Amino acid sequence: MSHDAYEAVIGLEVHTHLLTRSKLFCGCSTEFGRGPNENVCPVCMGMPGVLPVLNRHAVELAVRTGIAANCEIAPRSIFDRKSYFYPDLPKNYQISQYETPICKGGYIELPGDGAARRVRLVRIHIEEDAGKNIHEANSSLVDFNRSGVPLVEIVSEPDIRSAEEAGAYLRELRDILRYIGASDGRMEEGSFRCDVNVSVRKKGASEYGVKTEIKNLNSFRFVEKAIEHEVARQIEVLESGGKVAQETHLWDPDREETRPMRSKEFANDYRYFPEPDLPPLVVPPEMIDAIRSSMPELPAARRARYARDYGLSAYEVGVLTAEKDTADYFEAVLPGLKNARTAANWVMTEVLRVSNESGKPIAQAAPPASEVRALLKMVEDQQISLNAAKTAFAAMCKSGKSADATVAELGLAQVSDEGAIAAACDKVIAAEAGKVAEYRGGRDKLFGFFVGQVMKAMGGKANPKVINEILKKKLAG
Amino acid sequence: MALSKITPEQVRHVSLLARLSLAPDEEERIRANMDEILGYIDKLNELNTDGVEPTAQVGDPGMAMRDDVVTNHPDPEAMLANAPARERGYFKVPKIIE
Ligand SMILES: [Zn+2]
Repeated sequence: MSHDAYEAVIGLEVHTHLLTRSKLFCGCSTEFGRGPNENVCPVCMGMPGVLPVLNRHAVELAVRTGIAANCEIAPRSIFDRKSYFYPDLPKNYQISQYETPICKGGYIELPGDGAARRVRLVRIHIEEDAGKNIHEANSSLVDFNRSGVPLVEIVSEPDIRSAEEAGAYLRELRDILRYIGASDGRMEEGSFRCDVNVSVRKKGASEYGVKTEIKNLNSFRFVEKAIEHEVARQIEVLESGGKVAQETHLWDPDREETRPMRSKEFANDYRYFPEPDLPPLVVPPEMIDAIRSSMPELPAARRARYARDYGLSAYEVGVLTAEKDTADYFEAVLPGLKNARTAANWVMTEVLRVSNESGKPIAQAAPPASEVRALLKMVEDQQISLNAAKTAFAAMCKSGKSADATVAELGLAQVSDEGAIAAACDKVIAAEAGKVAEYRGGRDKLFGFFVGQVMKAMGGKANPKVINEILKKKLAG
Repeated sequence: MALSKITPEQVRHVSLLARLSLAPDEEERIRANMDEILGYIDKLNELNTDGVEPTAQVGDPGMAMRDDVVTNHPDPEAMLANAPARERGYFKVPKIIE
């Protein structure tokens, strides 16, 4: 029997850091990359007698996430203690939310052609992160800078059917989180992490198969590869008459395979109970209303608008809207230009290139949008050539000068003056009498040569369109 | 004493979860203690709580929240003062497997 007889059933649990300045329950900084144990205090170190005090902004960002993901926001939710022992968890419990998360239900719509594909959510809840372990030869080292950093866990329904779809879901979720300013979505820094639940079943079956959980996935590519690997493995097991064991697997990025984690005893016996140090979290309706009215346009809406209003392709729309900054910049370049595609092409090639090459955000790497608009306007008005615009743009990125000043300084303005161009054409025709005769005798290919000569005579600044027109007339004799 | 509610196996399970190692006589003492506690809970269960929301916490209308302001501890070094072992600013613990 072939693998085609099976389908994968995949659910994802995403943990993402919220972009707060301070931790969830204490005033320690959340800054990434500090020396070990520099952002720590008695609260996030779990010293006896301390009390957690909830960060309002973390709650606001969780609500923002819930609204963006079409969730129902719970007016009242409870924090619970999740108990387990691990060296990176100083209190021996994690403050999380169990029975009453702050957001319930909701869905993420995946981009794509045709009918929109929805992945439903089970819930989104707030919790604190643990510290970080570094394993040495004979010991482990623990850094608690991350301990207490606010997270939301976003749990999907098992609505995903392929590795590719899992990747699409994660990218869309990350884009949304970045658009709304809830998370920076940096997987490689551990601020956006994903656990995967995978099972397989015969196509058409309504019951779920036994699932395994895959942890330790720190890139979109690894998530996709791990799912592909695990789905194939489970099918092999079933096809050879075996049973899939419910276990947790770790992804091994070097060998590109999953392997079962040594089963932790009672791994799932977390003994949740309501956190006695925190009263119920009440989210006032005013907070929800204020957040709802401050929501930016989300990626899906923006994509639809770009396709509809600017006639851009799905690929172009995808590139322009992947980052909010890029889309905002594109829209700031647009006003007054005749053709949206001029701005789209420019942002996709020149602007993103300088941003990528310098590793800096667009705002720092590229000139202000208004100056790029001025430059593109000159191209549209045939005052400068597209190549001249590229030269000016490169200079503007370095100098910070305006488009006008740069074009003037570099002498890039294009000559469209017909008199000057006609004079240059006459000169070339007079100087190249032999070639003119050949051309008139039927060697059409020589036309390019004459254009080149006129352009050279004009110092490369003549409008090629005007040269073409005038030369054609004159050579026709 | 009424019928035992807690079995010796349950005591061992809970002590393992709590990372406690109990001598056999301690096990029995704790088992009896837990039985008594559950007996008391049974007494509470005699109350009629129909129509009463489960309450783990008082303090409605909700908790106070703080502004998102960084107030780093003036002496983070002090947090490591009681560490049994440390290395380069890290807490050092026995090697963790997986
Ligand atoms: Zn702290």
